Amino acid sequence: MTRYILNRLGQSLVLLVLVSMIGFAVLNLAPGGPLSQFALTPGMTQAALDRISAQMGLDRPLIVQYADWFWRLLRGDWGRSFRDSRPVLDVISGHFGATLLLMGTATVISVTIGTWVGIKGATKRYSIFDYAATVGAMVALSIPTFWFGLVAIYIFSLKLGWLPAGNMYTIGNGTFLDYAIHLIMPAMVLALVDVAVWSRYMRTATLDVINQDFVRTARAKGMTPRRVLMKHVVGNALLPMITLAGLQVPTLLGGALVTETVFTWPGMGRLFLDSLGYQDYPVVMGLLMFSAILVLLSNLAADLLTAFVDPRIRLT
Amino acid sequence: MSVSSTPINRPIKSGWWNSRTFRRFVRHRLAALGVVMVILLTLACVIGPYLLPYNDLYIDLRARFSPPFTGYHFFGTDPLGRDIAARLLMAGRISMLVGFAAMILSTMIGATIGVVAGYYGGRIGTVLMRFVDAVLSFPSIFLLLALAAFIKPSPIMITVIIAITSWMEVARIVEAEVRSLRERDFIMAARMLGLSNRWIMFRELLPNAMGPIIVAATLTVARAILLEAYVSFLGYGIQPPLPSWGNMLNGAQQYLQSAPWLAIIPGVAITLAVTSFNFIGDGLRDALDARSDLS
Repeated sequence: MTRYILNRLGQSLVLLVLVSMIGFAVLNLAPGGPLSQFALTPGMTQAALDRISAQMGLDRPLIVQYADWFWRLLRGDWGRSFRDSRPVLDVISGHFGATLLLMGTATVISVTIGTWVGIKGATKRYSIFDYAATVGAMVALSIPTFWFGLVAIYIFSLKLGWLPAGNMYTIGNGTFLDYAIHLIMPAMVLALVDVAVWSRYMRTATLDVINQDFVRTARAKGMTPRRVLMKHVVGNALLPMITLAGLQVPTLLGGALVTETVFTWPGMGRLFLDSLGYQDYPVVMGLLMFSAILVLLSNLAADLLTAFVDPRIRLT
Repeated sequence: MSVSSTPINRPIKSGWWNSRTFRRFVRHRLAALGVVMVILLTLACVIGPYLLPYNDLYIDLRARFSPPFTGYHFFGTDPLGRDIAARLLMAGRISMLVGFAAMILSTMIGATIGVVAGYYGGRIGTVLMRFVDAVLSFPSIFLLLALAAFIKPSPIMITVIIAITSWMEVARIVEAEVRSLRERDFIMAARMLGLSNRWIMFRELLPNAMGPIIVAATLTVARAILLEAYVSFLGYGIQPPLPSWGNMLNGAQQYLQSAPWLAIIPGVAITLAVTSFNFIGDGLRDALDARSDLS
């Protein structure tokens, strides 16, 4: 087990280095490099630009700049926002909670519905329900999230008036119920794609388990199909889903960006778009790296959790 | 039990229409539906603009916000009085063209990296596949938006950026396929004949991995159309006055109460196109996968 953990940690570290290289490359892709935001200032002279360049250390070889940037990344010194000069990590962590709440709720919704649909589709294979779920999942994967959000707002806020069209809470009201009412629509919209993916994978995983010998044995010894399902099938079918939950994090983060924009949800995604609009590149780069690191960590957590609950993994 | 078909004993050549693959593909009705829808959409976008009495850029401020299915404008008009039907069809040209071009580019990148990683394996393969993992660690929309904000957006650059953020799936599929093909006898034979590595990779291995590549490519079209819609909706993709399905939705949210058709109509077009390509991809996967024959 220790060896497995160390091995997996090493892999994540290698990935972190590669991810940081890509991030650094993107940073230097900005036209004129990191200097671009000063170049447009009226009255800017080449001499002044050179001086800033030297101050920022941009006259050093790229590899030195990268090493310096990576070291500061590890130490948590991610620079300051151009907009309000606050440290980038502070700005991000101020918005992280809202995104986490949205993503967490969406995950709970999609895991609950997706697991149910997947198991039902697998046990009643080729039934009308199974076909409907298959087609429904494919359509759900094809709907643009932001458009689904717009349609949901149109129906549930504008036509029916049941739910608020945006924001996280009503100003002056901060009760649990108020949060819940604001959360439900964006979370459902964000969950749409995830439900589709989860139900597809859950169906396959359940089918894999159902065809195994120990399920046949359990049936042969007279267990009711329902108990076999609960005791032997569901648990085993959920094992590979832990990995899937980790793999879905980038998709969820991307979906959160769009959902937050449509629902004016004060999370990381909206911060990203706002910062792009203000050309606040330190925050943009910070969010890019932050989301990639989040993905690395969640994949690592998923793998370690799988190894923890499934002894077969850590023994091989 | 699955019977593996080596390229040596290909079936006797008969018409492609009575091949098993084609029959299975047609049997998959959703895929057939997808093909029909894609053909209809393409025809509508190619021919349609010539048949409509309105130009997609013609501004008619007296006819602002005409609702659909009433009066002269079939799908109504937008806040500037431009005909939505005309814009929708012109936007379809752009969106589908970007989708196709991005698919071709990303398939080329992905297949090249995949075949090199799978054929050489070892250290080169590991480094390349770790690189694929690293790119996949970035949520594609974040990467796409950051790149789109840094460069001057033009349809070509948007296509390139979409391709840059969506080749990884193809690379993984090709790498896995090539890794299993590498040990087969015909590759051994090719090596012993002294064929160059490049010849073996691109003339022997890639053609034999074509099935999964075609499936992945079809699904990439769907993905690319969606990604274009996302960035254009957020204002960093195709720039107006050039219409795309995504940027038609760009200002739609503020008129959701008074003119909901602005938001609904382009979204239906996107969903139709993307669903069609996903159906086709799914059908192709069934048709090209020999194992599905037995179940």
